[in-house]
Amino acid sequence: MLKWNVGDLVQTRDAYGEALLDVGRRRKDIAVMDSDLQRSNKTYAFGQAHPERFFDMGIAEADMVCTAAGMAATGFTVFATSFAMFVPGRAYDQIRLQLSYARENVKIIGVSAGLTQGPDGATHQALDDIALARLLPNLTVLVPADATEAYQAVLAAAEVEGPVYIRLGRYPTPVIFREDYVFEVGAMPVLRQGSDLVIYATGIMAALALDTAVILAGRGVDAAVLNVPTLKPLDARAILHAAEGKQLAVTMEEHWISGGLGSAVAEILAENRDTPALLRIGVNDVFGQSATAAELLEHYGLTPDHMAAAILTKLEAEQRRQ
Amino acid sequence: MVDDRRLAELEAVARDMRYQMVRMMGADKPHHFGGSLSIVEMVTALYFYKMRYDPADPNWDGRDRFVMSKGHTVPAQYVALAKLGVLPMEALPTLKQLGSILQGHPNACMTPGLEACTGSLGQGLSFANGIALAARIRGLGIRVYCLLGDGELHEGQVWEAAMSSSTYKLDSLCALVDRNHLKSQGQVDEAKNLEPLAAKWQAFGWHTIGIDGHDLRQVCDALDEAETIKGKPSMILAQTVKGKGVPFMEGQFQFHNAPISQSQWAEAMQILAPEEVA
Repeated sequence: MLKWNVGDLVQTRDAYGEALLDVGRRRKDIAVMDSDLQRSNKTYAFGQAHPERFFDMGIAEADMVCTAAGMAATGFTVFATSFAMFVPGRAYDQIRLQLSYARENVKIIGVSAGLTQGPDGATHQALDDIALARLLPNLTVLVPADATEAYQAVLAAAEVEGPVYIRLGRYPTPVIFREDYVFEVGAMPVLRQGSDLVIYATGIMAALALDTAVILAGRGVDAAVLNVPTLKPLDARAILHAAEGKQLAVTMEEHWISGGLGSAVAEILAENRDTPALLRIGVNDVFGQSATAAELLEHYGLTPDHMAAAILTKLEAEQRRQ
Repeated sequence: MVDDRRLAELEAVARDMRYQMVRMMGADKPHHFGGSLSIVEMVTALYFYKMRYDPADPNWDGRDRFVMSKGHTVPAQYVALAKLGVLPMEALPTLKQLGSILQGHPNACMTPGLEACTGSLGQGLSFANGIALAARIRGLGIRVYCLLGDGELHEGQVWEAAMSSSTYKLDSLCALVDRNHLKSQGQVDEAKNLEPLAAKWQAFGWHTIGIDGHDLRQVCDALDEAETIKGKPSMILAQTVKGKGVPFMEGQFQFHNAPISQSQWAEAMQILAPEEVA
């Protein structure tokens, strides 16, 4: 297994490529498909190592998903890969029928997700994939925070008997987990303890949430940070437990604020009593645009400075109400 | 090759398939009569003539696979599976009832003998490609059959899959098109013209065989011919009549998915009844 040091800047898609080589070497029933993005999506090395089990399905995501399902029905565990913009979105009906309903053993890997896709602009920035995937019965939905977690999530997905969606990115994000970290589907690691408010963060936002918490600490606000790598099944008890006694709950995601983590947490908090107010941080019902990833995070308010300011404003408003 | 005696047996099976199917569907409930009746000879030839299949072990790894891509006509498959004993005959009257193993569209998780979940059209050929690819790697030596509707060919994904089948030289794959010329709301070709259909499939790298889809000898011969074709997939283009066997339904798109009255049902049952009973 490839190892990364805490603080290294690594793209989660790189961890995917390494993990495929690892599991593909050990298991002959692993097959990989891509839809003409194998160099970008890091499936290329698997294709070189195991050409008989790698399929470039061309620019045909719907066909890829159903072909993967047919292979899965005939004994393979298949990783079907494209940009997160196209799977689940473009192949949604196929994923709904062949994977969610039929429970075929296919892992959908959506790469270059979110605003940090960057220069290609709104057409290629998936801000809805978590929402789409989260809707579907029987689908496990994973959004790793860093390379270490992504690597382990891919290995874990290979062991799940059934369909999985994994969201990955191309933004060099700091490694936050040490090599002895053990990823478990459904677990929600506490990254930082805190007493005033709780931040639930998913994907690359976990590292940014930690930076935000440092800024808040400098303003006298003690924020807990939870990493949420499993969006489905979502551990409602862990969400509620972390919110207990807090003045505010905050969600952070590189996704539209509707349908994703923010909505999932809102659903849980709204169905229970004595829960804190909620601030959903994400992309607010607008499309992205072409720019560098860093410029986009800045422009759409997803940097630690912006997010700390938004949290303080919301916190003061809540304190005035009480 | 199918001999005369075998052919007569198959014709009796097909006749009973239609009778059992319309009996199962009954009166006053919407069902996909038209397209289920037009595929009877093809389903009969697959299950009772061609496929390597053990009804006692429908999950046998070495079985030939049949993917019903035009999922709405699964009633014909249900009847075939019941006649083989894969499904209990008693299950047939529960079609589409709450809690039944017989869903309106195929669910391979619920119904023994089904290979795929279909119903959203255009997905089955891709799925069949996946089976053929996996079987080739695993050396299973099986054949894969996939039945599509002609209206289904309007779905673009079919043509994505068609390119994959020939690119990967899937000669274990034989697809069939139920060319009954009618979709749910009228003529298939008036919405999107499919012709020249054989030339299209040939251009996509397929071996094509044109037949009368109600002539069991032609269906059996076509399935035999497909097995001899190496290096490319085979496509059987079967000219059929929607609603075949029930005169008031034949060639009428209105019976694509509709209820029939008690008197219509009684008329159909009389026409389709086994000869010794009629």
